[in-house]
Amino acid sequence: MIAAIDLATVWAFVIAFAVFVYVVMDGFDLGLGILFPLFPAKADRDVMMNSVAPVWDGNETWLVLGGGGLMAAFPLAYAVLMPALYTPMIAMLIGLVFRGVAFEFRWRTTAARNRWDIAFAGGSLLATLAQGVALGAILQGVHVEARQYAGGWWDWLTPFSLLTGIALTIGYSLLGATWLVLKTEGDLRDKAYQLSWYLLFAMLAAIATVSIATPFLSIQYAQRWFTWPNIILVTPVPIAVAAVTALLMRSLAQKQDSRPFVLSLVLFALSYAGLGISMYPYIVPQSITIWQAAAPQNSQLFMLVGVAGLVPLILGYTGWAYWVFRGKVRAASGYH
Amino acid sequence: MLSNLDPVVLARAQFAFTMSFHIVFPAFSIGLASYLAVLEATWMWTGRQVFLNLFHYWLKIFAIAFGMGVVSGIVMSYQFGTNWSAFADKTGPVIGPLMAYEVLTAFFLEAGFLGVMLFGLDRVGPRLHFVATLMVAIGTLISAFWILSANSWMQTPAGYAVNSDGQFVVADWLKVIFNPSFPYRLLHMVLAAYLTTSLVVGAVGAYHLLRNPHLAGPRVMFSMAMWMAALVAPVQILAGDQHGLNTLAYQPAKVMAMEGHYQSHSDGAPLVLFGLPDQDAGRVKYAIEIPKLSSLILKHSLDAPLPGLDTVPRENWPPVPITFWSFRVMVALGFLIFGLGLFSLWARWRGTLFDSRPLHIFALTMGPAGFIAVLAGWITTETGRQPFTVYGLLRTVNAASPLAAPAVGSSLLAFILVYFIVFAAGVVYILRLMGSSPHHGEQGPSGDMPTRAAGITPASGVAGQGSLS
Repeated sequence: MIAAIDLATVWAFVIAFAVFVYVVMDGFDLGLGILFPLFPAKADRDVMMNSVAPVWDGNETWLVLGGGGLMAAFPLAYAVLMPALYTPMIAMLIGLVFRGVAFEFRWRTTAARNRWDIAFAGGSLLATLAQGVALGAILQGVHVEARQYAGGWWDWLTPFSLLTGIALTIGYSLLGATWLVLKTEGDLRDKAYQLSWYLLFAMLAAIATVSIATPFLSIQYAQRWFTWPNIILVTPVPIAVAAVTALLMRSLAQKQDSRPFVLSLVLFALSYAGLGISMYPYIVPQSITIWQAAAPQNSQLFMLVGVAGLVPLILGYTGWAYWVFRGKVRAASGYH
Repeated sequence: MLSNLDPVVLARAQFAFTMSFHIVFPAFSIGLASYLAVLEATWMWTGRQVFLNLFHYWLKIFAIAFGMGVVSGIVMSYQFGTNWSAFADKTGPVIGPLMAYEVLTAFFLEAGFLGVMLFGLDRVGPRLHFVATLMVAIGTLISAFWILSANSWMQTPAGYAVNSDGQFVVADWLKVIFNPSFPYRLLHMVLAAYLTTSLVVGAVGAYHLLRNPHLAGPRVMFSMAMWMAALVAPVQILAGDQHGLNTLAYQPAKVMAMEGHYQSHSDGAPLVLFGLPDQDAGRVKYAIEIPKLSSLILKHSLDAPLPGLDTVPRENWPPVPITFWSFRVMVALGFLIFGLGLFSLWARWRGTLFDSRPLHIFALTMGPAGFIAVLAGWITTETGRQPFTVYGLLRTVNAASPLAAPAVGSSLLAFILVYFIVFAAGVVYILRLMGSSPHHGEQGPSGDMPTRAAGITPASGVAGQGSLS
């Protein structure tokens, strides 16, 4: 059924990769913002902020690549999905504005610092909820007619999209908590361990609920997961989730430093793979496949040259920036 | 209430509003990143502490401006889809790759090295740190390259074909990227960014010199800024003239709107200095004109005939009053900046550059002039392209998303509210930083980091110098 590896498939993987790198990188710093209200002490907040301040901007650039890449490689999908997700997208953008400027603003004022802390936490939460809701809205499918979105401006709001919104919020919070385990020490780190436990259980519940609800959205999803012989191909995913969960619990129990964060990322990767299995080869579920949405070959090829040459370079110097700011962030060495 | 409004008008208002807020920050950070690279290079070359102080002083301001540019820029990159989905579908194969290359070659470069530039001097040492500063500065210029290529293609489309789905597809990438108006627009905009920054730096220097003419930091920055204004302003006027001639060749209706030429002139068109363009009546009321000068500027001949908007179908007219006035604001400010440059050269020659109060007051009032000129210039070129998004090919009304007015109206209100709160606060913080003068031992954004107490030196061999001088 599936033809040889073609450009559209390659690009589907490129976009999926960009979105995943975004989720990996911005996930923990958004999660950090969501956890902000649980750490009221100024010293703790300074450390939390400092642990991501040098890298947050690079993290968000992957979101721009995801959006820009989608417009370039699958313009029809971009043109249909963005109006369909209008309200969550605008909410996400506004959330990102608030939390992005808070990185700079909270150091420039003592009187209004608390207000920018609220902006940081609120913006992070709003952006995360919006992303999760958008994911759910995409999965449940949108109404397309004549190459255009043909639904209303509240179609995205359903119990399922709210569920995915909450699920993503829990997931990012887990990434944030395990990131704190990696980057901090002392009481702050102990609290992060404790939070990681709660959030891990919440995350498992969220994964289970979304996994159970998804096949009820469309017969295609159910067939993808529960028919022979697909079932053989997809069963490793839930088994791997169980195995990674066990490892993650052990690393938390042993108070390990970097492993909880890495394993949380693996858990994300598995959930993400599950989403990919459900959606492929649709880019707008149930209506537009990656081949129907694909830009002409010469556009996709022109960009692929850039992606192949530049993304390894980008990963290289991004890695270098993380390396420069490696190690624990200490309260005394606040960067501002 | 909102449902009575035209959703396309609301979408245009939203794009214009968010774009106008956004453009101010890149216009400033393109220039400031280059200035920071110059300051750091000069510090490393001369070892003079004043350059490091200035570097740290402007770095703190850069951090805030850049942050605001990033967050308002993400909004722009998604609005093509949320509000202009028909445009995104039709032009995605052409415009999309240009923007994807902007992300890959520019945004990542800036963002990847920004952290080291802001906070990493102690961790990586001056040499690697300078590389990071340079990468950020180069990134801002590469970003300008791609986004202006994309914008220019919308003004003067080339190298394209149209497929069966009605999408623009690429026939020749080089013709798309280097489309006819691109080199002019790129030069004009980069020079504008440099001038904008030099005016801001000059105004801050002037502000502190007015209070104390002996401060080393303000003297250095004021002198550097005035050199920049004096040298670049005349070049910019020439570049603008060439850009205008290019527009006359490819988008004549835009030039007619800029000039207020509703009527054709068969033997020499007048230059309308001021007047009130009346779009309905199709003429400029109360016009103050200089005979034949427009033909001289545009055609280099006093009697050359110039067609007017009466040769263009009415449904293809740009909104003349806006284009006409914004063009005049830009040109007037351009000549004022040129005047400031000349004044500074005169004062420099007489040896009163740091003592001339009139010069300092002039420079201080010209601080925001670059921003206003940039906005006026963009309003001219964007409204002059109307009623098309892709000039002559795709009308603006056919480019919008199928959204109801209440959706766009609410988001527009939300953006207005949020931007005024957030960016007003940012501007206040920037002005507060500018209000204190750069001092001895100025710290960067990494401010009171205890590890900095040892100081740093440009050359590793002269340990201790940094903390002493």
